[in-house]
Amino acid sequence: MTDSATTPPRQPMAALPGGEVTEEGPMLAADGRPLKHSLNRALRREKLRAFLLVSPLLIFILVAFVAPIADMLFRSVENQIVSETLPRTVAALREDQNLPQAAPGEPVYEALYTDLFIAAEYKSHTRLGSRLNYEMTGLSSLFRGTGRDVGRFDTDIYTDQFIEAEPALEDPVAWTNWMEQDEIRAGLPFTADAWDAWVKLTVEANEDDPLEEDVEDFVYTALYRDLANGADPEGFPDVDVSEFETVSIKALFEESDEDWVDPEIWQVIKTYSPAYTDGYFLNSVDMMNGPDGDAQWRPADEQIYLKLFWRTMWMSLAITFSCILLGYPIAYLLSTLPLRSANVLMILVLLPFWTSLLVRTSAWKVLLQQQGVINDTLVWLGIVSDANRLALINNATGTVIAMTHILLPFMILPLYSVMKTIPPSYMRAAKSMGANDWTAFWRVWFPLSVPGIGAGSILAFILSIGYYITPEIVGGTEGVFISNRIAYHISSSLNWGLAAALGTILLALVLTLYWVYDRIVGIDNVKLGG
Amino acid sequence: MNITRLLTASTALVATATIAGAESHVEMADEMTIVSWGGAYQESQLKAYVEPYLEQNPGVTVTWDESSAEAVAKLRAQNEAGNVTWDLVDATAADAMRLCDEGLAMEIDPDEDLAPAPDGTPASEDFGEEMLVSDCFIPQIAYSYTFGYRNDVAEWEGREPDDICDVFDLENFPGQRSLEKRPHNNLEWALICDGVAYEDVYDVLETEEGQDRAFAKLDTIKDETIWWSSGADTPQLLADGEVVFGSTYNGRLFSLIVEQDQPVSMMWDTQSYDLDGWIIPEGLDEASLARVKDFLYFATDTQRLADQAKYISYGPARKSSAPLVGQHAELGIDMAPHMPTNPENATNAFVQNYEWWADYRDDLDSKFQAWLAQ
Repeated sequence: MTDSATTPPRQPMAALPGGEVTEEGPMLAADGRPLKHSLNRALRREKLRAFLLVSPLLIFILVAFVAPIADMLFRSVENQIVSETLPRTVAALREDQNLPQAAPGEPVYEALYTDLFIAAEYKSHTRLGSRLNYEMTGLSSLFRGTGRDVGRFDTDIYTDQFIEAEPALEDPVAWTNWMEQDEIRAGLPFTADAWDAWVKLTVEANEDDPLEEDVEDFVYTALYRDLANGADPEGFPDVDVSEFETVSIKALFEESDEDWVDPEIWQVIKTYSPAYTDGYFLNSVDMMNGPDGDAQWRPADEQIYLKLFWRTMWMSLAITFSCILLGYPIAYLLSTLPLRSANVLMILVLLPFWTSLLVRTSAWKVLLQQQGVINDTLVWLGIVSDANRLALINNATGTVIAMTHILLPFMILPLYSVMKTIPPSYMRAAKSMGANDWTAFWRVWFPLSVPGIGAGSILAFILSIGYYITPEIVGGTEGVFISNRIAYHISSSLNWGLAAALGTILLALVLTLYWVYDRIVGIDNVKLGG
Repeated sequence: MNITRLLTASTALVATATIAGAESHVEMADEMTIVSWGGAYQESQLKAYVEPYLEQNPGVTVTWDESSAEAVAKLRAQNEAGNVTWDLVDATAADAMRLCDEGLAMEIDPDEDLAPAPDGTPASEDFGEEMLVSDCFIPQIAYSYTFGYRNDVAEWEGREPDDICDVFDLENFPGQRSLEKRPHNNLEWALICDGVAYEDVYDVLETEEGQDRAFAKLDTIKDETIWWSSGADTPQLLADGEVVFGSTYNGRLFSLIVEQDQPVSMMWDTQSYDLDGWIIPEGLDEASLARVKDFLYFATDTQRLADQAKYISYGPARKSSAPLVGQHAELGIDMAPHMPTNPENATNAFVQNYEWWADYRDDLDSKFQAWLAQ
């Protein structure tokens, strides 16, 4: 942002033989090539060199800063977890006609049985439960509880009946042979799918050899499903399933938890089954996906984020203005004092800058609380009565006071460095032309110091928008910012999707404000120093 | 007599531990990174079992990381990055449950991984179901959220609060209160003081009307409440006379009252139990895991858990440890009366339902925050 940008040295100057124009065509350099070419080449080399010089920093920033942020922001729309954990269920739900009026039909539950069995082995069902619990209360324990039950579902009646009817069906080696034949696989789609999943599960999660293990119930359940559908592939043992004793998977799920037959729960799973979701962003602006899939407002007693965004904005502005108000006179004093006393004052400005943030914030607690130093002094002086001590902390006032103190150096330093460059002679010149002190200041000095105000304001405003430690400590309930909620969702609720969405919105807001500022004030008008 | 028995018991334990260690032929790592809370609590762990363990195993070094407050988020990030650097993490029961749900913590078998009681009772019984709340959780201590109050408030005219509902009684006990800035415990206490029986609290809180009832009760003291987010806040606010009532962990109040001798008293009524313990991160290599298991077997045995109570007023998680709780290591006072699990203190205790909160946390938290912001 300094204006000391220099034009790069033009090396090819030496190659210019005086710049004569040949009649046949373009101007030629000493080596006979067109001048334009060699100039371009030299410039290219120059650019490449400049690029190579900055590339370590560039790569560092890309790897350590841009990529992680992009990755984090991407979480605000990412939602693969549902379709990855319950792929069969999601596919079956697409076919289902019962929703949203009634719970889905048996095929969906059969698919869920296979999915949940596998998920429980990988222990990914609870993770899915936590994810879906953000959208609907109770899904966390629903998945945890049924994940525990699903291995003990009474589907072994199929297993027993199959093995009784055809003992070869107990043999995993025979199974492997059948499942290598394409006709059988085509004839028994559910079975083939379940078999593949079982083999993968046995090898990956349990690290066993499928050829030596008992085939799980869910494979036989899938086989029953295929055969009951009338499949009869060549080469697979003939088993008549029409006389089989059956069990409803839906009923088993209902037995495990009656919430499984609640259409609302299925609607949530269906709404959040696509790989990408706008749910986190809707949540960030106090909205949600309604039962019919339309965005709608959340209940009034859950709306919080818009309020917090608004509060963050206006309080950051308030903090920035109080920084200007307090910082400007100090910077003025610093820049007009003789160097020696200015340096001493400068140390006083910087001293708090070097003190731990937590220490400074905690010090404000001691000062501002109702039994604190300031209130005690005011009571002692008789300015306020003992019963009506001022509430200076655990509210918005506390946040503004403490944050102003913390951000003040960020305002003073750019102001000071800009003011330092204003020649004192300008003021003398103004006065010699008849201006009084105020006019000279207001018409000459102040306009020259505006770029410093701009730089300090941008610094203070952007820093304060992202602050959360100080508001958390002194802000009570009315003085906390949106960043406090972001921190909460990152470290406490683990709802990183929502945190990412809130962060994205905050970033967009800051960029918009920056753009507006550029349009109104002009970013060229901002100076961090001489 | 007692001491002899103790010694025999602990020798037997050490012997079993050695045998258990000898049985496995896996090399054990010499380094362990233990994650804990810092402060007095970590100190108690250091004194009660880390130092004794290191004495027995001179080649081992322990690195502490004071990250337990963000353990869940950090462990998740480490896991996603495929680089778990922690060997053992101290976590609250609720966090342990979440880590288990997320697949970030390892499931354990109490009877195989933990020492039996000196009388041979298997660990699963010695801890009991009410302590082993998650398959991944190895309990150490029971602590509680409870209230401390100033015992020098002039306006109270000598009345002493002895009922949780006195917190909601601004007439007899005027003054500011401090409550935690999250729904846990506050909603339960509010409902109990609105006339709901202990055993019905969560059933009522499940309903919309029940939640409204709880918030309405909290509304009655909202203007007089400072909301805390760090466990150190309430002791400071009480010491400064900023509040007259405040909830926090009982250990913090113990050090305020007993160690710092402030004019504050403890109110045990309807203290709300919570648990803290270890979890082993998922994905440790064999050597680290062998070392961690060896350490855990030692660190969670009956004597070690009882020893911890010498340094901090939290109740040992094992039933068999309770009779062994002795005196404060420096002050020399009996620690038993200061334990949240002490029968006299526990007459009216409330037990949090972690599984219920795992479901309702997201929902109630947004309602609670919206209510706070109103």
